Amino acid sequence: MKSLLRGRLGTVAGFTLGAVLLLGVAPVLLPAFSLGLLGKFLCFAIVAVGIGLAWGRGGMLTLGQGVFFGLGAYIMAMHMKLADASLFGGSGVPDFMSLYGSGEVPGWWEPFRSPAVTLLAVVLVPGLVALVLGLAIFKRRVKGAYFAILSQALAAAFAVFLIGQQATTGGSNGLNGFRSFFGFDLKDPNNKLMLYMIAAVVLLLSVAIARQLMHSRFGELLVAVRDQEERVRFLGYDPATVKTVIYVAAAVLAGVAGALFVPIVGIISPADVGVIPSIAFLIGVAIGGRGTLLGPVLGAVCVAAAQSSLSSTFPSFWVYFQGLLFVLVIGFMPGGLASLPALLGRRSRTPPDAPDPVAPPDAPDPDVEERATKPEEVSR
Amino acid sequence: MRVSVTKRAFYSLAATAMATVLAGCGSQIADPASAGSTASSGTSCVDTSGSSIKVGFINSLSGTMAISESTVFDSLSLAAEEINASGGVLGKHLEVISEDGASEPTKFAERAGKLIQQDCTAAVFGGWTSSSRKAMLPVFEANDALLFYPVQYEGLESSKNIFYTGATTNQQIIPALDYLAEQGTKSLFLVGSDYVFPRTANKIIQAYAAAKGIEVLGEEYAPLGSTEFSTIVNKVRDSKADAVFNTLNGDSNVAFFRQYKSVGLTADTMPVVSVSIAEEEVPGVGLDNVEGQLTAWDYYQTLDTPANKKFVAAFKSKFGTERVTSDPMEAAYTSLYLWKAMVEKAGSFEVDKVQAAAGGVTFEAPEGLVTVNGENNHITKTPRIGKINAEGLIDTVWSSPAAVEPDPFLATYDWAKDLTK
Repeated sequence: MKSLLRGRLGTVAGFTLGAVLLLGVAPVLLPAFSLGLLGKFLCFAIVAVGIGLAWGRGGMLTLGQGVFFGLGAYIMAMHMKLADASLFGGSGVPDFMSLYGSGEVPGWWEPFRSPAVTLLAVVLVPGLVALVLGLAIFKRRVKGAYFAILSQALAAAFAVFLIGQQATTGGSNGLNGFRSFFGFDLKDPNNKLMLYMIAAVVLLLSVAIARQLMHSRFGELLVAVRDQEERVRFLGYDPATVKTVIYVAAAVLAGVAGALFVPIVGIISPADVGVIPSIAFLIGVAIGGRGTLLGPVLGAVCVAAAQSSLSSTFPSFWVYFQGLLFVLVIGFMPGGLASLPALLGRRSRTPPDAPDPVAPPDAPDPDVEERATKPEEVSR
Repeated sequence: MRVSVTKRAFYSLAATAMATVLAGCGSQIADPASAGSTASSGTSCVDTSGSSIKVGFINSLSGTMAISESTVFDSLSLAAEEINASGGVLGKHLEVISEDGASEPTKFAERAGKLIQQDCTAAVFGGWTSSSRKAMLPVFEANDALLFYPVQYEGLESSKNIFYTGATTNQQIIPALDYLAEQGTKSLFLVGSDYVFPRTANKIIQAYAAAKGIEVLGEEYAPLGSTEFSTIVNKVRDSKADAVFNTLNGDSNVAFFRQYKSVGLTADTMPVVSVSIAEEEVPGVGLDNVEGQLTAWDYYQTLDTPANKKFVAAFKSKFGTERVTSDPMEAAYTSLYLWKAMVEKAGSFEVDKVQAAAGGVTFEAPEGLVTVNGENNHITKTPRIGKINAEGLIDTVWSSPAAVEPDPFLATYDWAKDLTK
């Protein structure tokens, strides 16, 4: 009971610290441009929370989160384009459509004129797509490498589709040049701050939800499915349902992140949703520690920040560095950097498998849990 | 009880968070007319007090476009070095800050924002693909900063924050069509990569052809980077068109021209006019495959002008004798000198003063004298049709008698009325 209390209070304390840093310290210390960048990284971190659940906890190596990220992003972008066109153009037709298309808004764009439909769609469309895909894939017991390849192929196909529809999706140019966000002027620094704040709050909420999921019975079941799917089936559970639920959760998080990415960054293009960005989402999660609560978040933010600062100084070097880091972490530290303290701690203490004198084995708090950091077998 | 304590803590935290968010809210757009004026960003942070002035170069130094864009970076660097050697701009040394666009539009937008807001550069030079320019345009407009874009493009654009030093359609594509018509071409086949430049270019070509009685026998697109051309090449051969208009970009040209040659088509039987193959691309595509084919640009390395001889010699001595110079490189080199001339005419680095001074500014460029058009921020250029020779360089076979005024919206062409609405 005592450890339970310490665990919960510890979580609240950690959560409060995160909130103070993100909502209080960062906006004061960082100049506007860096805060915008951090906002973008937070969007990646929201995707990472979902990948942490699906991959780290559920063992589903999803190489196609770009699809859900893109769905959320394009839905938001379509709404903002339509809203801008009515606010500033008067005609209600986005600029690129009259330049490259027929000058008429296609029917499937129309629902996104409504802010309410847009907000619902940002959550529901990625969720429903993931639900259908998840049921189709997991009910057939497709898993491991096959699932990974399938999800990656989807990301590739999605990007190709977007590029081909120049007149309705902006093609390789994507959608950009937004001026307002639900009536708020995007040039106003206060509104930019507000967008950052929204991203930070959404990230905090998704971390809180992920924590609850991980520590629930469902979370235990998810880990059981990852480690011994057949045994879970013999116990009377349907692993496909468990996996689908978490796949949908990850998709919704990615969709919401995409919807926040658009007003913060100001552009969405097929280059942000295809295979390479989908893998980039994964790298941060792997490096941070996929099985832990905060590993994916910190990993995503750190990798994105490192890329942003290093890629200008060493343009071609960054890609190799990122690849090397990925190989090293996967090869020698499957639990990611989050497992580093535990690894070091164990080495400094005496026998490696001796009971931990500080934290009892049943302590619920430590985010680095032995079973969670165990590498899953990709193909069985 | 404990649960309720933590829950209460969580709710109060969430409430604080929401309050913070709402407190951050800024202006809403009530009246679109006043939207621009209420924006408080766009205040320049350019530091003109020191002995140097910062300028930004933004090119893809990694990713698929790196092979082309790094050449533009090289010629920009040459121009900056020359300007510094001759005393800088308004007596200030140019301090170049270079950013990598990584061949991604989103990266271009982000890095452009950094060059403007964080590095406080007085002007930015670079960009290549249409998507990179479209991605940067709102960034430069929102911050009221200057971009110099050095590549030929599809036109239909004009921003007071962008100076276009590459050709617009009436300085490249239309002269190429005029040349083909003059040569007696009666039918055309259009081949292009599937993105905005080829699609827009072909829309213009279709309108031109319809007005001038040229028959377009086919219009085919391949995805960017595609290397499978047997179907398209067979259609081209079966069409028996007089000429092919090629707007393919990058690697696709290698596969296209190889296939083209393998089905027995040559520059003599069915010439191909390319608008994206310059000296730099010829070795990549393979000289055997493209020798004798036509190109449409405004500059070739072989041009016999004093300014070009100086440019080519300086470039080769800095980067090596095996290197070549191309149209986008020349346009980039010219863009830095044009900015210098604008600043000196304005007597200031301030964006609005430079914009006001821009109209009529001239520079004796390697391609010939260029003049900035103050109304659409494009420059006059001299269209030239070239033929790829045995050394992989391009000889001019036809040249416009005079520099052509830029007309990005094709307003002066009757047949183009429907294109721009």
